[in-house]
Amino acid sequence: MAITKKQTAELAKQVFEYAPAPEAIDHIKIQPRYGLFIGGRMVDAHSKKRFPTINPATEKTLSEVAEADEVDVDRAVKAAGKAFDSWSHLSASRRARYLFRISRLIQERSRELAVVETMDGGKPIKESRDVDIPLSAAHFFYYAGWADKLEWAFPNRKPRPIGVAGQVIPWNFPLLMLAWKIAPALAAGNTVVLKPAETTPLSAMVFAEICMQAELPPGVVNIVTGAGKTGFLVVSHPHVKKVAFTGSTEVGKLIQRAIAGTGKRLTLELGGKAANIVFEDAPLDQAVEGIVNGIYFNQGHVCCAGSRLLVQESIAEPLLEKLKRRLSTLRLGDPLDKNTDIGAINSRAQLEKIQGLVESGVEEGAELYQPECVLPERGFWFPPSLFTNVSQSYRIAREEIFGPVLSVLTFRTPNEAVEKANNTPYGLSAGVWTDKGSRILWMAERLRAGVVWANTFNRFDPTSPFGGYKESGFGREGGVHGLLPYVELT
Amino acid sequence: MDVRKTYKLFLNGEFVRSESGRAYRPDGSVNVPRGSRKDLRDAVRAARTAFPGWAARTAMNRGQILYRAAEMLDGRAAQFLELLGGGVRARRALDQSVEALVWYAGWTDKLPQITGTVNPVAGPYFNFTIPEPTGVVAIVAPEESPLLGLVRRLAPALCGGNVVIALAAESSPLAALTLAEVLATSDVPAGVVNIISGQRKELLPTLASHMDVNAIDVAGCNGNEVKAIEESAAGNIKRVIKLTQREQSPHLIAAFMEMKTVWHPIGV
Amino acid sequence: MATALSLTHLGSLMRGVRSVDEVGADERAASLAKRSIKKSSKLWALDLAVRCMDLTTLEGADTPGKVAAMCAKAVRPKPGDRTIPSVAAVCVYPLRIADCVEHLRGSSVRIASVATAFPSGQSFTSIKVAETEEAVREGAQEIDMVIDRGAFLSGDYQRVYDEIVAVKEASGDAHLKVILETGELGNYDAVRRASILAMAAGADFIKTSTGKVQPAATLPVALVMMEAIRDFVRETGRPVGFKAAGGIRTAKQAISYLVVTYETLGPDWMTPDRLRLGASTLLNDVLMQIDKERTGAYQSGDYFTVD
Repeated sequence: MAITKKQTAELAKQVFEYAPAPEAIDHIKIQPRYGLFIGGRMVDAHSKKRFPTINPATEKTLSEVAEADEVDVDRAVKAAGKAFDSWSHLSASRRARYLFRISRLIQERSRELAVVETMDGGKPIKESRDVDIPLSAAHFFYYAGWADKLEWAFPNRKPRPIGVAGQVIPWNFPLLMLAWKIAPALAAGNTVVLKPAETTPLSAMVFAEICMQAELPPGVVNIVTGAGKTGFLVVSHPHVKKVAFTGSTEVGKLIQRAIAGTGKRLTLELGGKAANIVFEDAPLDQAVEGIVNGIYFNQGHVCCAGSRLLVQESIAEPLLEKLKRRLSTLRLGDPLDKNTDIGAINSRAQLEKIQGLVESGVEEGAELYQPECVLPERGFWFPPSLFTNVSQSYRIAREEIFGPVLSVLTFRTPNEAVEKANNTPYGLSAGVWTDKGSRILWMAERLRAGVVWANTFNRFDPTSPFGGYKESGFGREGGVHGLLPYVELT
Repeated sequence: MDVRKTYKLFLNGEFVRSESGRAYRPDGSVNVPRGSRKDLRDAVRAARTAFPGWAARTAMNRGQILYRAAEMLDGRAAQFLELLGGGVRARRALDQSVEALVWYAGWTDKLPQITGTVNPVAGPYFNFTIPEPTGVVAIVAPEESPLLGLVRRLAPALCGGNVVIALAAESSPLAALTLAEVLATSDVPAGVVNIISGQRKELLPTLASHMDVNAIDVAGCNGNEVKAIEESAAGNIKRVIKLTQREQSPHLIAAFMEMKTVWHPIGV
Repeated sequence: MATALSLTHLGSLMRGVRSVDEVGADERAASLAKRSIKKSSKLWALDLAVRCMDLTTLEGADTPGKVAAMCAKAVRPKPGDRTIPSVAAVCVYPLRIADCVEHLRGSSVRIASVATAFPSGQSFTSIKVAETEEAVREGAQEIDMVIDRGAFLSGDYQRVYDEIVAVKEASGDAHLKVILETGELGNYDAVRRASILAMAAGADFIKTSTGKVQPAATLPVALVMMEAIRDFVRETGRPVGFKAAGGIRTAKQAISYLVVTYETLGPDWMTPDRLRLGASTLLNDVLMQIDKERTGAYQSGDYFTVD
């Protein structure tokens, strides 16, 4: 083989861009249209209205889903109310068994759910396959076990279910957010009406099938699809006693206002602008991975994304060099390809929001770096991006972009790092990278955020409480703390 | 001829008149400062400044200070009984107030052991959750229980390391303003508790909409007030604490707390 | 070609080597192992795996006959199929170099010999140097030396460094691969430190293991060593090769190493000049995979020679 070293390298480059390795989709059946899941079965919407849900990677319509109106939501809430009597009086161990069953069914249908999630939302299949779906099953499994042990979670108190929970979830982790909402609610004996996000309703429709397969009593789980208006109908329905919302801070405020004075219980899991802080003694190569995972995971559509990199000035240069090099190895493209690192932006609207904020960053004087990256012609895409020369006052350093865009700022001392990290109305998460144990704890103590990842980032587990400080919301999901929002204590 | 006391606001560890220069006479005789929006602003500023230091105190130290407050309150029993109108009800309110301070004094160093957790995550990570104070907390004393109603919220809030802006009961503010004297002599650092008297109608909207107040306890508010407060609270996603007035439990302390979860890999 | 280094500061330099977070490194390696390589990419990768292979036998029972058979396999891995390239090198004990010289004449396959009191390294520097010189004289084109782990673990970095420098000098034109025996070093911090030390002392390659100690090569260890190489190249401009050895038995494993190499060091390292996979039983699995890719049928060991 008389080929030169240079040719070999060129060849290697082509080969290790990897031939397409698409996940098989022939075993997936997406219905051309879906109704609403009310009272244990799929029913046609009273509204007679439908809207398309598209694959953001191709802009092709995947299915049409119903848009629930006031009558539909009322039916769903009434079904949930009717089911509440029997569900809340069912023996706790039976409730547990239903939840265990659901967890198992999610595992059994995991590949189907992963593919549906990826097609409907645009996230890389390796993430839906390795993160979203396994964590969803794990969440049901974890809370299943709590169903008949609630009195041990609240010593000296008698926990009782609240009633019908109205739950509205976002499009970034559709099934996982559904699991975070439904599992603890059901474990505690509540029934639910859930509204999935407008752009990602399909995995919830598969979940409706799973509820039927599990023979879950009718009305315990009801799923109504629609846009923001449907969501408002759900949370403001007078028979809904408990409201749980995950989404933007803007909408969270509207909900808090809308239900003021109603006595409804409320938990909110809202936006973030997390600082990922790298000290000069950090394990740099792992820090780079953590930074990448922190902001480019799920295209940056993550409320706890590490969107502000705070790097100690003394290592800013080598760190940025490593980071830029690493960015160039990220593969953007077909979300169904097993080697894709960065999938499609969830919607055109979100893409435009990201584009607008990135433009503002350039206008305000930050320096934009994007690796060479060919964007597919159809669909919604944004290359992994990194801003340097960012001031704390720039919009890109203050506003949640919810896209694959990192703002890099520097600091000199630990105190300065804390001050800059906390200088935001948000407080969902933070990252710290340092080799010094006492400094990790010192930082963890001072960072005003609900989750602090030290020498790691974006880890999730059903046993680990998640939720924000300040405008990132209140209440915790996960762990024993995640039960509290769904019980009355007497 | 007795030397009368001038009642003042308790603001940043000092006894001051309202910056507005206004006063009102809730019982028809004694002048009480009618706190203004600017007094609240100053109180929040003082509280915010005091917050990191108070939160960083050791749990035992906070416990000792709360216990000291119980000692001081008990030592002024006669004065408070008089302020509360005497009789069995006053006696009970005072006793229960002292008891609440003692009870919560003993909780400072136990709450994290009850509400904190070590979480067995599926991976090589050490993961724990601990309660941390939410920050600046507004408390509205109930009109019908001007001392006990206030102490029962103040103590758990302080217990967890929060700093407080308390609104004295409008119709009977003297107990709250005198409680300030108890706190001032109990080593409570300046700004940690600020007590403002005045008209709820005027002050509640300011408290509820203040962007630097993290939580507001509405146990002392009526339905309409709660609705208005909740609407304003949305401006900065304030925690609105609605547990019942009589609640005395670690859950009430926890209601003023944030749960922080920390992850760290386990490796060699 | 020992790199000039202020020897007095070696200890503090070593202690200053950046740490590695074990969990983070493990996770990165695991995620790279999940890369899916299909079709034409896979065939090319398997071909590269053959070209980068150091076909190895390091047994007390090695005989001229055994080595002759291995050499034949090295030159022509699949008799009758000329599209399969020769491996990069054979790797043997010093006493078997002469057999290799005889059987590899005229081929592109290079001769690598272990030396320096392999595998323990617990001998006198003078003997290690002499063994190296003898091996080169006998015809070894590549020397796989072991570091003195005892000295390394006791903090005597100077001794380790000096010995590598001496062996490098004794190797002359032969390429020097320095075996860190990562399974004995305790953690990734030490692996990284040993990598930097070996490169600074003049190693042409750094190599994971002797194959005589468990665990031998692992993907995260390879990642950590390659990250050290990347940083070393950035500092000095001198490219250093990487060799994984021990425990690599399947084509799938081999491909994982190629992926880690590509994503960590880039396309310039995808060549036998800078990447080697040391293995005794890997070759047949790679050959079977190549045939599977070509024919679509899963293969049987009966159709591949055991040498």
